[in-house]
Amino acid sequence: MISKAMGLALAALGGLAAAAPAMAQNEQFIPILSYRTGAYAVNGIPWANASADYYNLLNERDGGINGVKIAFEECETGYATDKGVECYERLKGKGPTGAAFFSPLSTGITFALTDKTLADKIPIITMGYGRADSKNGAVFAWNFPYLGTYWTAADIAVQHVAKEMGGEANLKGKKIALVYHDSPYGKEPIPTLEILSKKLGFELMQVPVTHPGVEQKSQWLLIRQSKPDYVLLWGWGVMNSTAIQEAAAVAFPRDKIIGVWWSGAEPDVVPAGAQAIGYKSLMLQHGAGEYAVHADLKKFVYAKGKGLAKEDFSQVLYNRGLVNAMLGAEGIRAAQKKYGNKPLTGEQIRWGLENLELSEARIKELGFEGMLKPVKITCADHEGARTGRVQQWDGKAWKEISDWYTARQEITEPLVADISAKYAAEKKITPRDCSKES
Amino acid sequence: MAGFGSFLEVLISGLLAGVLYSLVALGYVLIYKASGVFNYSQGAMVLLAGLALVRALGFFESQGIPYAAALVLALLFAAAVMALTAWIIERFILGPLVNQNELTLFMSTIGAAFILEGVAQMAFGSEVYPLRMFPKDAWILGEAYFPGGILINKLDIWGGVIAAVLVAAIALFFQRTKTGRALRAVADDHLAAQSVGIPISWIWFVVWFAAGLVALAAASVWGTKLGVQFSITFLALKALPVLIIGGFTSVPGAIAGGLIVGAGEKLAEIYLGALIGGGIEYWFAYVLALSVLMVRPQGLFGERLIERI
Repeated sequence: MISKAMGLALAALGGLAAAAPAMAQNEQFIPILSYRTGAYAVNGIPWANASADYYNLLNERDGGINGVKIAFEECETGYATDKGVECYERLKGKGPTGAAFFSPLSTGITFALTDKTLADKIPIITMGYGRADSKNGAVFAWNFPYLGTYWTAADIAVQHVAKEMGGEANLKGKKIALVYHDSPYGKEPIPTLEILSKKLGFELMQVPVTHPGVEQKSQWLLIRQSKPDYVLLWGWGVMNSTAIQEAAAVAFPRDKIIGVWWSGAEPDVVPAGAQAIGYKSLMLQHGAGEYAVHADLKKFVYAKGKGLAKEDFSQVLYNRGLVNAMLGAEGIRAAQKKYGNKPLTGEQIRWGLENLELSEARIKELGFEGMLKPVKITCADHEGARTGRVQQWDGKAWKEISDWYTARQEITEPLVADISAKYAAEKKITPRDCSKES
Repeated sequence: MAGFGSFLEVLISGLLAGVLYSLVALGYVLIYKASGVFNYSQGAMVLLAGLALVRALGFFESQGIPYAAALVLALLFAAAVMALTAWIIERFILGPLVNQNELTLFMSTIGAAFILEGVAQMAFGSEVYPLRMFPKDAWILGEAYFPGGILINKLDIWGGVIAAVLVAAIALFFQRTKTGRALRAVADDHLAAQSVGIPISWIWFVVWFAAGLVALAAASVWGTKLGVQFSITFLALKALPVLIIGGFTSVPGAIAGGLIVGAGEKLAEIYLGALIGGGIEYWFAYVLALSVLMVRPQGLFGERLIERI
């Protein structure tokens, strides 16, 4: 009797297993590596909400991408590299054609996955983070650090500091401190800042903060005693709000601190209250606020009770998650033009991501006008855009306070060429000839 | 003179930061001293207490209740949450494990930590919630003697005052109350304590509730400093070297350990970190702790354990 029941159960399970792929034959699977728990949850939640909301929007409003529905699944990484790799291994083969791409939202996980994606032929989108040298698509065929690397960010930040000081010539003899998360992420801007320090004659003071950054008294006492003219903040999660509060405690002026674009969201300033007034950060093009895409989300997703965001809807990191999801989806759409309107493999989607071009008109059509400038990705340039602005917290909202800056290729390109060449030699990768790619 | 002023500033700030670590360490000591259990979940209890406090405060204020009254109500609510937590832990986790070995009890508190973290965030949210219980600005003292003066943060002073009150209260509780003396008997031998009529369930409830109140005190200070958020659980990592140095059974040891760790790590970060690249204070605290272990395995103030073989 027991064996008969077990037999029935196994048959049912077998049926389900057989039925599941059949149901998903016309779906494109996109994994969402998220962190809704742990020290960085406040930053991870809006991003994860936005990713799921945008894929739901495409399904609800457009019936997917050219009729191919999007299936997605979240996997919790907790911002831990080991868990990120586990998630990658679990999800890379899911769906009829495997994972379309990964967006780990972690430089540590990106470093760990870079070799794996090469072997598995799955692209990895690292919008605004990850390895800065992976901009060189000839070497890093599978990495896409869209819209800006940390070397781009470092140059934009120094350009803004120079502008505030009345020109680059005035940086000579000044001291700029980099307060950074002591991790691959936090260390990434150092090579560019060292070059700029030599070129412009300012002293670069490096101040590491150990994860997660809940205690920074020593670092800010050091800053109080060393009296830098400006502080660049390269933090994430609780490190940012703690840094701002410690800066206030040692009376370091907040308007002399400029954070990278991962140090410029609402969770970074709200806990500090009035102490955060005047604090500045870079913008990865977009800021907070509602645009046309938000109206569509309300109409097609939230009205049906499928939206995930609450107060984070339209906040900085939510909007960044939307932009990231949109760029990935448009990469799939670009690939469909070449390979057909069907679920595609990671290798096929890589081509789409590498040939992605979004004009101003197309960005408007997608509902992202005002959030994003035109983007053009090529084999040689997986970054696609190197522009940013600066915003300042007024106690209630972020205000844009600068015009657009563009990172100078003459500063960053020699580094990209040098470091990516070393990586290629180490990994025995033969760089592609981009003139022959199409 | 500027150099000495800077040194003094780092030293004082370190000592005061150490007191804040002691606030967390006291919760561990309380439970270990009274029940022989190393409570891995103390960091999670700080998170739970902080979330209950800040969310209740927000709720009462939104009902138009003045801040002072709302704060009192929120503190009472958070204390009630910690009492309920203590009862659940005793009833469903530790109660069934009476007289099991220390490792089993320790493992059960690891489980409790993960459950508390999950339930706390599920019940009260996982955002960052600002708490403004204490002033956060600073005094600059001695400007006449040292260029730039010596900076003392008011929040750190509040932390010191709260730690002093807690230490006095805990000392009185252990020395002067019947329950306190019974707690010490339970710590020595669960079964023997039960056999002489000590109600172990009640005792464990009391000690976990007391540790919950200590967690609430720590959460009020650290929540003001950082905002109440998940990262508060990482304070457990700051309390461990304090415990190793001070000893797991000593309340004064938790304070002394905190002072040593706080001052040691800050001085090391500023003066040694500059030579070897910085970012050393987290592990340097453990260097200090291991150094003490080599000389006094029971910690500077811990009880020397002599067992018959």
